[in-house]
Amino acid sequence: MSKIDIKVNQLTRMEGHGNLTVKVSNGEVEEVRWEITESPRFFEVMLRGRPWHDAHVLVSRICGICSVSHQLASLQATEAAFGIEPSEQTILLRKLLYVGEVIESHILHLYFMAMPDFLGAGSAFSLMKSHKDAVLCGARLKKLGNYVMEIVGGRAVHPQAATVNGFGRLPSHRDLLCLRGRLKEALPDLESTVALFKGFELPEFSRETEYISLTHPEEYAFIRGSIRSTDTGGASIDQYPEIANEYCVPHSTAKFAKHVRGSYVVGALARINNNFEQLHPLAKKAATELGLKPICFKPFMNNIAQVVETIHEAGEGIDIIDELLRAGIREEQISVTVRAGRGIGAVEAPRGLLIHDFTYGEKGSIVKANCIIPTNQNHANIQHDLEELVSCNLDKNEDELRLLCEMLVRAYDPCISCSTH
Amino acid sequence: MRPKVGVFDFTCCQGCELQILNCEEEMPDLIAALDIVAFREAMTERGNYYDIAFIDGACSRESEIVSLKEIRKRAKIVIPIGACACLGGVNCLKNAYPMDEVLKAEYGEAASYYDTIPARPISAVIPVDFFMPGCPIVKEEFIRVVQELLAGRDPYQPNDPVCAECKAGGNVCVFDKGMTCLGPVTRGGCKATCVTGGAVCWGCRGLIDEPNIHAEKEILESAGLSMEDITKRFNLFNVCQEGVWK
Repeated sequence: MSKIDIKVNQLTRMEGHGNLTVKVSNGEVEEVRWEITESPRFFEVMLRGRPWHDAHVLVSRICGICSVSHQLASLQATEAAFGIEPSEQTILLRKLLYVGEVIESHILHLYFMAMPDFLGAGSAFSLMKSHKDAVLCGARLKKLGNYVMEIVGGRAVHPQAATVNGFGRLPSHRDLLCLRGRLKEALPDLESTVALFKGFELPEFSRETEYISLTHPEEYAFIRGSIRSTDTGGASIDQYPEIANEYCVPHSTAKFAKHVRGSYVVGALARINNNFEQLHPLAKKAATELGLKPICFKPFMNNIAQVVETIHEAGEGIDIIDELLRAGIREEQISVTVRAGRGIGAVEAPRGLLIHDFTYGEKGSIVKANCIIPTNQNHANIQHDLEELVSCNLDKNEDELRLLCEMLVRAYDPCISCSTH
Repeated sequence: MRPKVGVFDFTCCQGCELQILNCEEEMPDLIAALDIVAFREAMTERGNYYDIAFIDGACSRESEIVSLKEIRKRAKIVIPIGACACLGGVNCLKNAYPMDEVLKAEYGEAASYYDTIPARPISAVIPVDFFMPGCPIVKEEFIRVVQELLAGRDPYQPNDPVCAECKAGGNVCVFDKGMTCLGPVTRGGCKATCVTGGAVCWGCRGLIDEPNIHAEKEILESAGLSMEDITKRFNLFNVCQEGVWK
């Protein structure tokens, strides 16, 4: 192979706009570049002066796929600023809302964005002819995730029910029973998903790096916890600026991030690397079957980590509903006392650690806001992985190498409009 | 012949495109009825000519103006989908500041690497044939509009305020619960989903054709909102219609 000139403008089957450039000449890698071209929307500017009761409504619009994550990070930031501790019921309902988002988001990526690569197709639409059963299985599971968000949150994209210190509308006992039934019924489809992905041949590639996620002593952390790094151990949420160290690069409208190495990773694989032991037993069983165990430095295994987490969340969902049903759903007084101050909210969005940091003035309007987005924290690592992946695969022809690079980027399930926000 | 359909995204969260993908049950029928030739978020294949182009997102960069004009040339029918595409949406909140200040606030010293222009709806850049409002769009409305286009009809545009559907749905008025709402002047068609979902109407579907702005202002003021509060509330999705409001 003498010359390779790959230029992918607007990589497909991915949320947002990113370009990929690879140039190889006479066996020498000349250029590898991961470039974010998404139009920035300037949410930190939009948030200036917004009243506390609609901050989460606005930031939800950072992302269509992970709107719940943005809402919950924002609600927690506001609650921290006002010194509010939400009730156990509110926390359980938020966890359940999250179950919906994680299932929907992971399944969207696994079946509609990643799967076509493994089956040699351009989209799940075209797979409707050749692999109809698999596509329909994905569609059913995706619908299940949306159904959870509809029941708990009001609708699937930008749900409306979650508010500061509570829920504006509560699901009924009957709603929860139906939901429990639907989650149980999905177990065969989840087993099929394990079998399907077990059958896919993931490209063999490993590169040691740092993995960062939330961690919590009592649970597999999604909506609360402190920060944990595979390199440096624990850190508190308010140390996030020293963890993320965001910086700008001229070719990307999204910021990049680095911690103790040149880059780090957040997302499903980072969570599994940090919190494997806390996975639901059903998810651990799936992880064993799929050959995933910590610590795993293989970026393509993020797909498998998402399969495992989808099962974890289905199992969790059933357990959360049982807990809610045992206690009984109660109408709660939603009281909010506004005060000036700063609050930080941190959650694990489907794609990784998400932080909202709000400073409120005395009348309860935002004075200053900062949002640290999961995919921003992955961009530098994607770049470094691409560099090594290309240099290890110089025996491939241009089309093979292009597909391999695209698959690597997709494995991170980037959420680029989110990251540019 | 199945109509060729393109789905495109500009300055937005891509939630409206996700709503199309959220038509899980209808997906086999949609694929059978439509020849989807461009949909970057979901497919790699890409065609260049479209009977219908659905556009998600507002326009907020010069490069997007160029792309939008190109799509207009290649499409018979152009339909903006969602609040960003139809109204500019939340993106227009930044328009209150000079663009260099906006860039500096986000990127600091690196601001000169990047560019942005005041956000605007798609209709401010190219002629459009219909609007499908909402943040996000309503799945059922997407399916209905597709059906109407397939039947060769101009799609129906709801023009009753959200209040009509809210009452029909049996909701307690949010004003009676001590909250405030833009339902009386906002275009319905969403089944008052936000009030039903436990919140209030934020006006994401834009104004009805002849809104009674004066009366809405009065009820918001009598509920204790200052003119500043009212403007902030209204501006969440409707900065580009600010003239109507003031």
